[in-house]
Amino acid sequence: MKLPPFDYACPTTLPEAVRLLAGHDGEAKALAGGQSLVPMLAFRLAQPALLVDLRKLADLRGIRISENGVALGAMVRWREIEDDERLDAAHPLLKAAIAHVAHYQVRNRGTVGGSLAHADPAAEMPGIAMTCDAEIAVVGKSGARVIQAADFFQGALTTALTLDEIIVEVRLPAWPARRRWGFEEFARRRGDFAMAAAAVFYDESEDGKARNAHVGVIGVADRPLRLPSVEDVLNERTIDEATIADAETAASAAVDPQDDIHASAAYRRALVGTMVERALKRAAA
Amino acid sequence: MTEQGDRRSPVSVRFRVNGREVDVDVEPRLTLADCLRHHLRLTGTHVGCEHGVCGACTILLDGAAVRSCLMLAVQAEGAEVVTVEGLSNDADLTPLQKSFRKHHALQCGFCTPGMITTAHALLSEEPDCDAARVREVLSGNLCRCTGYIPIVEAVLEARAAYRPKTQAGDRGGDRA
Ligand SMILES: Cc1cc2nc3c(=O)[nH]c(=O)nc-3n(C[C@H](O)[C@H](O)[C@H](O)COP(=O)(O)OP(=O)(O)OC[C@H]3O[C@@H](n4cnc5c(N)ncnc54)[C@H](O)[C@@H]3O)c2cc1C
Ligand code: FES
Ligand code: FES
Repeated sequence: MKLPPFDYACPTTLPEAVRLLAGHDGEAKALAGGQSLVPMLAFRLAQPALLVDLRKLADLRGIRISENGVALGAMVRWREIEDDERLDAAHPLLKAAIAHVAHYQVRNRGTVGGSLAHADPAAEMPGIAMTCDAEIAVVGKSGARVIQAADFFQGALTTALTLDEIIVEVRLPAWPARRRWGFEEFARRRGDFAMAAAAVFYDESEDGKARNAHVGVIGVADRPLRLPSVEDVLNERTIDEATIADAETAASAAVDPQDDIHASAAYRRALVGTMVERALKRAAA
Repeated sequence: MTEQGDRRSPVSVRFRVNGREVDVDVEPRLTLADCLRHHLRLTGTHVGCEHGVCGACTILLDGAAVRSCLMLAVQAEGAEVVTVEGLSNDADLTPLQKSFRKHHALQCGFCTPGMITTAHALLSEEPDCDAARVREVLSGNLCRCTGYIPIVEAVLEARAAYRPKTQAGDRGGDRA
């Protein structure tokens, strides 16, 4: 369908962008890659009075890697993550997960900030943000603040952002060189949204036991989830076949998916266990 | 650019299309796809779904393949746009076109502009890509006729024309 009418602004500074969003009583929306927002407009699921294009905001660009971790500017596109060879070591889990996002043409436009703000329950970037305890830095009319990923995602397409707030960057904590990790996703076609996916990592102690296990899943609830009960199964144990089988059972038990047009609840529950199992096998290999 | 208009006030936008400078007045809500087709009469770009799933509207934006139905024309300000028309010339079929013809990589032709632009971007970036990569990249383009196999074969055969040893004039047939 043709898009509903709106005005358009393309500010060159962040304060100007915030001012535009704040000045329209919630009737203005940020426009990043447009890969989710434009379809929403076409379906009349959104009808803003003003679109504020973020493409000229230099503060939202770039991938920064330091001893503190990886900071992704909100306007970093999927393609930039795919092409950045530094991330192979600096955040291999991020890189593996983002490889599953959408198709070639969409990857040239879609952005990190847009995905976090859109908060699709099956999207990879929100899943990685949850799994890795990311911090999301935002700016709005009452200033800057940092939101923990666990507080950011509040339901399907619902976040902690206020209507005048813009995501500036997302910060992923530093990734130790020897960390073990795995990412597994199931989708009917490559590039489609996940029916379910699991991201796992842990550090290994001297005696080969898992420490600091993190397990996150997408596609099985109204938001990305961490699964503490599965992490408890893994911590202080050797990640062998028996542990992995226990983790799989715990993962299926930890989620409560709904039936939908793509799959039954029982199918998704089984699938999420399998994704956790495969991700752990990869991590332990 | 407007920020508090009546939501329909036309905005003037300048960009380059297939090497030519254009200047159009468009409503902010006009997609780049509709701007190309209706304002610039470049009807080679096809519009199938209008919400980003079919890939028929793929164009090159500063060299990168993107869906023109998911971009506003106003966002193209200052950009270099190449449509399927820009990937052909009047003298002869390009190597990519010849390969599509040879392999019967089209039937109704509706998806073809998106296939050609996408394949051109891929082969320009990765002239040594393998069949798996071609399939992965074309996964964003739907074809209801061919079953994809001839399209993948056509793209694979066209790789040779994009490798550095070929003459510049042979590469995909840019008009320039
Ligand atoms: C065919 C298709 C397949 C796809 N498959 C996948 C997939 O498998 N996995 C996946 O994760 N995604 C997928 N996507 C979505 C894609 O990744 C989007 O690019 C992404 O979800 C949104 O990013 P965007 O930059 O396009 O944001 P936009 O569409 O521009 O914006 C989305 C929302 O975020 C808001 N917003 C954008 N930037 C900011 C910011 N900096 N601060 C505050 N709010 C902001 C907007 O106001 C809007 O509400 C797919 C899209 C298509 C069309
Ligand atoms: S018309 Fe643009 S993707 Fe279908
Ligand atoms: S040739 Fe008919 S849709 Fe592809």
